[in-house]
Amino acid sequence: MYVTVKGGEQAIDAAHTWLAEARRGDPAVPELSLAQVEQQLGRAVDRAMGEGSLYDRELAALAVKQAQGDLIEAAFLLRAYRTTLPRFAYSLPVDTAAMLARRRISAVFKDLPGGQLLGPTYDYTHRLLDFTLAADGAPRPAPRAEPDDVVMPRVPDILGHEGLLEKDGGDEGEPGDLTREPLRFPAPRDVRLQALARGDEGFLLALGYSTQRGYGGSHPFAGEIRMGEVSVEIEPPELGFAIDIGDIVLTECQMVNQFKGSKKTPAQFTRGYGLVFGHSERKAMAMALVDRSMRAEELGEDVTAPAQNVEFVVYHSDNIEATGFVEHLKLPHYVDFQSELENVRRMRREVARQAEHAEAAE
Amino acid sequence: MNGYNFAYLDEQTKRMIRRALLKAVAIPGHQVPFGSREMPLPYGWGTGGIQVTASVLGQDDVLKVIDQGADDTTNAVSIRRFFARTAGVRTTTHTSEATVIQTRHRIPEAKLREDQIIVYQVPQPEPLYRLESSRAETRRMHGLADYGLMHVKLYEDIARYGQISISYDYPVMVNQRYLMSPSPIPAFDNPKMHMMPALQLFGAGREKRIYAIPPYTGVRSLDFDDHPFRTLRAPHACGLCGADDVYLDEVVTDDRGGRLYVCSDTDHCAERRDAGHAGTAAMQDTAE
Repeated sequence: MYVTVKGGEQAIDAAHTWLAEARRGDPAVPELSLAQVEQQLGRAVDRAMGEGSLYDRELAALAVKQAQGDLIEAAFLLRAYRTTLPRFAYSLPVDTAAMLARRRISAVFKDLPGGQLLGPTYDYTHRLLDFTLAADGAPRPAPRAEPDDVVMPRVPDILGHEGLLEKDGGDEGEPGDLTREPLRFPAPRDVRLQALARGDEGFLLALGYSTQRGYGGSHPFAGEIRMGEVSVEIEPPELGFAIDIGDIVLTECQMVNQFKGSKKTPAQFTRGYGLVFGHSERKAMAMALVDRSMRAEELGEDVTAPAQNVEFVVYHSDNIEATGFVEHLKLPHYVDFQSELENVRRMRREVARQAEHAEAAE
Repeated sequence: MNGYNFAYLDEQTKRMIRRALLKAVAIPGHQVPFGSREMPLPYGWGTGGIQVTASVLGQDDVLKVIDQGADDTTNAVSIRRFFARTAGVRTTTHTSEATVIQTRHRIPEAKLREDQIIVYQVPQPEPLYRLESSRAETRRMHGLADYGLMHVKLYEDIARYGQISISYDYPVMVNQRYLMSPSPIPAFDNPKMHMMPALQLFGAGREKRIYAIPPYTGVRSLDFDDHPFRTLRAPHACGLCGADDVYLDEVVTDDRGGRLYVCSDTDHCAERRDAGHAGTAAMQDTAE
């Protein structure tokens, strides 16, 4: 006779064991070390840290390894770990103008104080498979220069001098934290930016792209993109002065967008802002586009496109939430499906009964 | 478990959730936003229910976890193990023994008691979401008890199909004030919510909402005078225990239309069989 399918602890244990074996792959191939992942799959580590909202390269490397390179799964592992951590301090705002930049480019000026610094970019590589990498080819040493003390002011500060660009948002008290407090609407810009910084790169990329194709466009120029190390400082109340607790790598994007003005208020460019952990220009740029497009209402523009709809963007940008809910469809739903089956059967019976009735009447 | 607090969540988080629960109990059917945490299980797997259970669970509690009415479905097993591991509480499959029951998609057939709490896993706490996608707007509609949209939807169903076409997650009015999603339980289970002696708690982790129905609260499934609410079940008796008043799973036994109908509530079915009841499939089996 029929035996109910047992989910069973044994099945789960066996599945996990198999998963671990599959993760390891052929045991004849040397196992990846965390240092290898951290050093050689740096962009994957960066993405897991960004979307996992936890800056720890070693843990992120572990997550990437444990997730077999599935970066959403890796971010999920980091997030679940992150929520268990005590918060002992909040940092001061990082000063990206003081960044030790490895890369800094501006698309709006040919040259500017601090200069254009190409850095380690894929931008001008020809996308040809490099077979020397397949054969353990060691790279040529990159040329080195002595660090100089050149000041690298941020482009918004340069434009801001003339009043050509809107200023930074004012200090509106403690920034919100959507990992502690549920979202409420209208969501302030600090919370929106937090959601974007944690948001899925692919989702933001597509939304940002949609604004460029006419779905709520805001005519962006890449004012500046910079990537490098900034120091993180905290100010313990018992000390009364700031102490440096370490450096993190950030990518920052300042978009300069279409101007606003009227007969009375002088015209001024508006801004979109992107900031992410690690080296991820694609994400930082997409974030800046979407940040700007979500400011439509504040700037008196019509809200017509998905990227301008704050609720739509913020509720759907989180890939841990999204993947959970999409993938939960594979959990059993047979109780609900059964109710639908009976429902459809009843409706069909009703139609058949009425047809019979009509026939009999003829 | 080493390195983690009792029932995984830290005490401050539990306190925050208990405050949300108290508010939810005080305003039956009202969705209370709460600072939902990222759990080590995926969203959609019951993170809301797990956080609620973690917040109400004490060392002396006995926990039962069901999914689709069954204790042995993979996700029920996984959640039960999570609490056995992080809280070390006693677990059971017997509805009558449990003090806390976490469920997905069903209410047990056995009548629940005053000393029990049932925790529902909720994927979508907003009953109006198919009709109005903006949560800022639905929040306003709840504030004004502006539920005309839902009545129009039910009316359109009747106009189109001759009957209300919702068969699960059938909307209810709680305490004559708030429109509420009962979670995706079959409409068959809706009447069990009405004046239930047990406390009913609902957790939606991804959507960050908690709501509740205090014991002995009126819960009415929406309907019209000339189209009263009807429950729906497969018109059969359980093949294993013979029960003909319970919700049934339909199991496909071959590719020629063969079907076996069995209790969705596995504990209820096992208890009936232990008491000597048998269905047609069980009798055939003995005969063979």
